[in-house]
Amino acid sequence: MSSMPKFVVLWTDAAVWLLLACALAYALMVLRSPNLAATWRKVFRNAPALCSALILALCLAITVADSLHYRPLLPPQAGANQGAPAYDTVTRSVLDWALSDLLESREVTYSRPFAYVGFTKDSVTVNGRLLRVAPRLQHGGAYLTDPQRQWGADVLTRCLVGLAQGAAFALMGAVLLLVLVARSRRSGVAHTAASVWRGEGDIPWRAALWTLVVVALLIGVVVSMTGRYHVMGTDTTGNDVLYQSLKSIRTAFVIGSLATVATLPLAVVLGIVAGYFRGWADEVIQYLYTVLSSIPNVLLIAACVLMVQIYIDQHAELFPTSAERSDVKLALLCAVLGLTGWAGLCRLLRAETMKLRELDYVQAANAFGVGSSRIMLRHIFPNVAHLMLIVTVLDFSSLILYEAVLSYVGVGVDPSMNSFGGMINLARTEMSRDPVVWWSFASAFGFMLTVVLAANLFADGVRDAFDPRARAFRPRLPVTRKPVAPEPVAPN
Amino acid sequence: MISYLLRRLFYGALILLGVNLLTFFLFFTVNTPDDMARMSIGGKHVTQELIDKWKAERGYDKPLYVNAAKQGGERYTDTIFWDRSVSLFELRFGRADADSGGDIGQEVGRRMWVSIELALPLFVLQVIASTGFALLLVMFRQTRLDFWGVICCVVMLSISSLFYIIVGQVLFSRVLMLSPISGYMAGLDAVKFLLLPIFLSLLSRLGTEARLYRAMFLEEIGKDYVRTARAKGLAETVVLYRHVLRNALIPIVTSAGSYLPYVFLGSLVFESFFGLPGLGAYVIEAITRQDFAIVRTMVFVGSLLYIATFVLIDVAYTWIDPRVRLS
Repeated sequence: MSSMPKFVVLWTDAAVWLLLACALAYALMVLRSPNLAATWRKVFRNAPALCSALILALCLAITVADSLHYRPLLPPQAGANQGAPAYDTVTRSVLDWALSDLLESREVTYSRPFAYVGFTKDSVTVNGRLLRVAPRLQHGGAYLTDPQRQWGADVLTRCLVGLAQGAAFALMGAVLLLVLVARSRRSGVAHTAASVWRGEGDIPWRAALWTLVVVALLIGVVVSMTGRYHVMGTDTTGNDVLYQSLKSIRTAFVIGSLATVATLPLAVVLGIVAGYFRGWADEVIQYLYTVLSSIPNVLLIAACVLMVQIYIDQHAELFPTSAERSDVKLALLCAVLGLTGWAGLCRLLRAETMKLRELDYVQAANAFGVGSSRIMLRHIFPNVAHLMLIVTVLDFSSLILYEAVLSYVGVGVDPSMNSFGGMINLARTEMSRDPVVWWSFASAFGFMLTVVLAANLFADGVRDAFDPRARAFRPRLPVTRKPVAPEPVAPN
Repeated sequence: MISYLLRRLFYGALILLGVNLLTFFLFFTVNTPDDMARMSIGGKHVTQELIDKWKAERGYDKPLYVNAAKQGGERYTDTIFWDRSVSLFELRFGRADADSGGDIGQEVGRRMWVSIELALPLFVLQVIASTGFALLLVMFRQTRLDFWGVICCVVMLSISSLFYIIVGQVLFSRVLMLSPISGYMAGLDAVKFLLLPIFLSLLSRLGTEARLYRAMFLEEIGKDYVRTARAKGLAETVVLYRHVLRNALIPIVTSAGSYLPYVFLGSLVFESFFGLPGLGAYVIEAITRQDFAIVRTMVFVGSLLYIATFVLIDVAYTWIDPRVRLS
């Protein structure tokens, strides 16, 4: 055990792992239930949803890798107590370990993407004359001996090498995928490849393969540049922007998932109880959520977060490391978002429950003398669960966007924690510099748009599959090749 | 109608009471006035005298809910809770917590007009632009225009409003020099300061709303009366503008109206980015200065606006849809 680092379980880590376990359990349940499996198949039949699912899975992998924290073992110091191992005070994650090249190649200050010199110029005395030159970077392109001539060729070769590696990786992935598809279809690999290429079959594997290729090529280029150049430049303190963006993914995912999940218990229990029992319980619950939703959301969250902040500041002794402090802040932010955001779903579930309780099977259960709590659990809950799922995935992306606004207002995540909101906040002043420091902003924009767009497209796919009414509004291109069946009209 | 309104107003008052209770609990019970004083005075040399003086200046030197030292009704009236609640309902907001804060009521009265100047045109233009765009998509449904229009909407709603603001400011103010970067002037000059925030705010919400309204229109289009209208030979434009638009207005008014209170307070980020001295900027300043008196007041004002809008929406229903009789 003495060579092991000390594992640290932060609050949000535990929550992420718990959620992952729940998601896996749900996946098993889906595989066992033919109905659910068919509906989920419908989700993946939607090409944008399938491609988004791939991107989200990649982001999830990053989140999970960034949710396994440890404190590295320090090398034994001479004269120190040999018995007790000493651990670093800095908490790191597995993602940090994987990206240690990025983490450790810290520059002094700003540098452009792929640069080998700094962004700001220093005064240097050369042969008795004062010159303003941009200093060489400590890591970015540091191995170039004659950068002015080598730089272009070097970047180009590394790009090409990266693309080739990415392509090779994509090919491997594609072959693996095709073999799996061929197995499930019980046909030959070559035959399957041809049919996938023609876009046949109900699951749009071709689109998924293209997504895989694009992602693999991008990753290939980035990996071949890592440690040699800063692909997205560095920020004001010289930290790699790409590293910050990757770390921000976890913050976004934690907020998006934990905050939506935190709304569920209150929303589901109160919504079903209000809709099922009616009467005074309904009145009280309606009053509660009307009060809550009549306070402008930002203000309520701001008020709660301010209070939480004071509490943390007054009880600093409870949270020894800064990582723990910012993590507790994040967990509490999610809790606050959950406690303030349940009104919408609750209203929806109440209305749905009111409809369901009048249906024959609920009446029959009632007539047989099944207890209220059992009816709600066995008969009502499974029939409103799809609403829960739809609202959860829809809220996921809006919460990621919300985090940026909250961080701007000053009630978001801790400034010491990487987040898209924090990056945008800093970018605000950078964009007004002359010349413009655009790369932090562009990186945050690119990553955030990718994550949110993927989440939105996936949510649309889920909604289309689980709520048949929504499908009628999906935009369709006119089909010219095949004779068209009469357009389904929105049911009413 | 009158009795309905009265009932709604009574329920509104009840909800305000709840809001007041909730905010009081949040601001005074979760952290006691002593904590706030310590926070506000700051530094290492916080003495009990300083805290007491700070509390006395702001009227926080009473018990929270029950004053055990008093007799009869005063047990409950001579408390912070009673003082704060009564003064809020009388719209006397008192002074800010910060020493330089000044009177909140005056500030709110002054800043309200800036917010209204921003919010009202924004609200009207928002409804027009979003319904217009949605109608366009619906008119060309099942064509390339509709398909790419919806894709455009999805991309637009996936972009944080902060990006619109930052890019818009850099593009229109710095590069093209079309409008001032930030600031505000009263009177007619206000227009040139308000134009850019209104435009960007419009753009940032267009994707969400146009897509929503498009779905609402499509839902209406599937209904029987539309088929009847077509069957009797009406032109598609007449069907859309005279029949569908009118009927889709009801859900649109609800959805647009429920956004109205947020427009007032709520161009929060826009106001602070463009240096407009409105209510939203006031809130953000208060949050960064940790001035709880202001935040508490704004929570109250915000819910007041919210309740007022919902009564207004109900009234608007009777105007849009003659079938609705409020009773």
